[in-house]
Amino acid sequence: MPKILLEMKNITKEFPGVKALKNVNFQVEEGEIHALVGENGAGKSTLMKVLSGIHPYGSYEGDVIYDGQVCKFTQIKDSEKKGIVIIHQELALIPEMTIGENMYLGNEQGHKFAINWNKTYFEADKYLKMVGLEESSKVQVKNIGTGKQQLVEIAKALAKNARLLILDEPTSSLNEEDSRALLDLMLNFKKQGMTMIIITHKLNEVAYVADKITVLRDGATIETIDNRGAERVSEARIIKGMVGRELTNRFPKREGVKIGDVEMEIKNWTVHHPQYVERKVVDDVSMYVRKGEVVGIYGLMGAGRTELAMSIFGHSYGTNFSGELYLNGKPIKMGKNASDAIKQKIAYVTEDRKGNGLVLSQSVKVNTSLANLQAISNKSVIDADKEYAVAEEYRDKLLIKTPSVEQLVGNLSGGNQQKVLLAKWMFAEPDILMLDEPTRGIDVGAKYEIYCIINELAAAGKCVILISSELPEVLGMSDRIYIMNEAKIIKEMKTEDATQENIMEAILASERKHDNE
Amino acid sequence: MSNTVSKASQRSLKNTLTEFMEKYKVGAFFQKYTMTIALVVIVIIFNFWQGKEGLILLPSNINSLIADNAYVFVLATGMLLCILTGGNIDLSVGSVACFTAAIGATLMAGGMNVWLAVLIMLLIGLAIGAFQGFWIAKVKVPAFIATLAGMYAFRGFSNVVLKGETARIKDQVFLDVFGTGKTSYIPDVIRDKCPGLANTFSSQNEFMTRLIGEGTIDKFNLTCMLIGIIAVIVFVTLKVRKIMQQKKLGISQSVTGQIISMVLITALILWVSFKLSSYRGFPMVLLWIGLILAIFTYVTEKTAIGRHLYAVGGNEKATALSGVKTHNVYWFAYSVMGFLAGLAGILTAGKAKGIDPTYGVGYEMDAIAACFVGGASAYGGTGKVSGMIIGATLMGVINKGMSIGIISSDKNMLKVVKGLVLMAAVMFDVLSKRQKR
Repeated sequence: MPKILLEMKNITKEFPGVKALKNVNFQVEEGEIHALVGENGAGKSTLMKVLSGIHPYGSYEGDVIYDGQVCKFTQIKDSEKKGIVIIHQELALIPEMTIGENMYLGNEQGHKFAINWNKTYFEADKYLKMVGLEESSKVQVKNIGTGKQQLVEIAKALAKNARLLILDEPTSSLNEEDSRALLDLMLNFKKQGMTMIIITHKLNEVAYVADKITVLRDGATIETIDNRGAERVSEARIIKGMVGRELTNRFPKREGVKIGDVEMEIKNWTVHHPQYVERKVVDDVSMYVRKGEVVGIYGLMGAGRTELAMSIFGHSYGTNFSGELYLNGKPIKMGKNASDAIKQKIAYVTEDRKGNGLVLSQSVKVNTSLANLQAISNKSVIDADKEYAVAEEYRDKLLIKTPSVEQLVGNLSGGNQQKVLLAKWMFAEPDILMLDEPTRGIDVGAKYEIYCIINELAAAGKCVILISSELPEVLGMSDRIYIMNEAKIIKEMKTEDATQENIMEAILASERKHDNE
Repeated sequence: MSNTVSKASQRSLKNTLTEFMEKYKVGAFFQKYTMTIALVVIVIIFNFWQGKEGLILLPSNINSLIADNAYVFVLATGMLLCILTGGNIDLSVGSVACFTAAIGATLMAGGMNVWLAVLIMLLIGLAIGAFQGFWIAKVKVPAFIATLAGMYAFRGFSNVVLKGETARIKDQVFLDVFGTGKTSYIPDVIRDKCPGLANTFSSQNEFMTRLIGEGTIDKFNLTCMLIGIIAVIVFVTLKVRKIMQQKKLGISQSVTGQIISMVLITALILWVSFKLSSYRGFPMVLLWIGLILAIFTYVTEKTAIGRHLYAVGGNEKATALSGVKTHNVYWFAYSVMGFLAGLAGILTAGKAKGIDPTYGVGYEMDAIAACFVGGASAYGGTGKVSGMIIGATLMGVINKGMSIGIISSDKNMLKVVKGLVLMAAVMFDVLSKRQKR
């Protein structure tokens, strides 16, 4: 019988008005990888905050038993002392500081009044080796990629003598390759006896890495699934627990949509990096999209997909543009502003909804109307009635869950925020919609609803360009797929011909070609 | 035994209290109206301060509260726009006000037509604002630095224009329209033109005498009272229309709350106009303040550019990607600020009957404080003109209270108290927002 390292018993946590956790029970054995899954708002983060002492002892009911003792953490330091270390979803590294400085921030090595830098960097290098990083700890964090930064976070956690490592969405900002490497690293740590909890939305990762899977729904534990059997637990099985019903089809069918003429076409589109002007971020790209068609653009992180979309969207990114843009066969001279693109009926739904998409401090109503204020105003005076009516209309149409359209967007869940963002751009009434990672970080149910919206848009004769780094999504939703790598479009495929394997193969082949050059 | 009973009753009392608080959203109410409540409490305390009972609410003191703080209201309006764009402030406004006044005083001393001089002053203010706005919006110089440079430069220019001396303004029209002297009030046209009404409102009419007061009835300013009544009618009409619209659209907002606030504001307007009527009538500066506040309440709440101010302050990148030309938004805010600094210069010169190179020092800080006390966020994106009015009034009341000897007769303490109030206001704001999470 393996030893239970952590047991959370009957945890109940209330916030004013809501019960975030209801009698949650959660057990982690020593030396296992335990996945915690659930839709957004299911209570995963709250549970981990209780564990790490961010929600201090006394603010919740129930017991946290760690290593046989009831814990009464009142701050993060207390739990870290015991070896419970959380790696948060957002990278929390300071770009201007070196790796070593970052790793020992708040945990400085040496004397009280004098940091021992030799010891700092010696120790840091030791841990970097353990996570498989070849960089010296004296390199500034801004000079390494996101994948490596994630590894630095892990090294930082190890440097705190972690016994129980909690990874919150560790791969959300990583590409497939780096994600796989990270998961393998986790399996490697497991062999050395480390206990880990992983929180993630990516169910294929869960199936790959986890020994046990605990599903949370609406603040309660639904089940714990054992994944150590000969056969891996299927994603459908996990989803069933998460949403409480079986999702027979993750991607709604689009039927009877007639694909029309070419609406937008770009030829020899080249864009350079805004700071390092000699670097091409989009290199000689030609592509087209037809009325009623959903075109997927797949590529790894940094392939240039976002840059391509933003440069089409009124030259919002990059410098030294070249290439032609045709709308309905006519060449268009694109202006320098997003407003010019909106005038041409092009919309770009940004990838980072909190950073670039929404004004979180404003209401659903204000966000919905922001991109098309002139439609609800008379000589630039806003008609409050019309605005309200529009916001209500889209709230109904997109099933946005909010007590009222006057609610601040910052208070909504991720999926609903994404719908508000979509509402904003649908209200701008574009002919061409570029959706950049429209389902990132939102739960399965909301994803399905967003897919339905995409289908409705296509049925209405709009052109949809779907940019995504989730292969199943691209395969499930698009009529045609462009594959991007290293700033170029390396392949165009019909969805019928495309599989996960041959798409990855195409990317790998282009990498090899690139290396040989 | 009795101990347990009292404990139980205590608990039930606590429960009913919490229930009551939740039912009527007491917490939310306090959070929303913190500064209004603080203002009322401070006025009440001042009013009953031992030895100074009733002083703060004398008609003459209410009148001078308006006259002394005219520049704060005007500058804080512009400052609010700048702060909304993302916590940006304009440090140059005190210097710009002084500079425009210096130019105007010089021009008028040279015999220029008053109205032309006023127009030039406003345009100079606007031009300076647009110039600074250009650096901030287009070249992306941090607002703090660009306007700090302006603060030094225009203080210097004021000195240059005035050659370090005080310039007097003798033009009576200018002083009547923009000043705060005995003649700077809207003349009581009604009393002069309607002898019938004038007779009713005189000491011969016993009822009216008792209603209005023996000392003031004979010169009770009917025009001022009428303006107050008209303001109330306009306000109530707009408010009722808004409530009807909300009903029609089915927006769930507490109608009772809105009616209560409407009644309170109506009472306040009537009360203030009564007080002013009992003194010298409707001050000209109040006309200017009212005009500016009304215009910019409308601009921030109803127009597209107002919406853009909030959006830029809330998330500049998202706003730019929504097709808003964000640099124009900054430019707008700073141009308006410059224009209003010009107006503040005019009002300062009108009040002081001249201009001295040291006038306007620290004005920018009063304006900034009014905005923050009035609930504007230091990060931009939230804040209202109505809040700013409360903030400016609160600071003004404290000024007034100290100058008539309440709290401390030591004038040196004034800034200490103002500092503490600002600190307390912002602290409360931060803490109440934190609790919400």
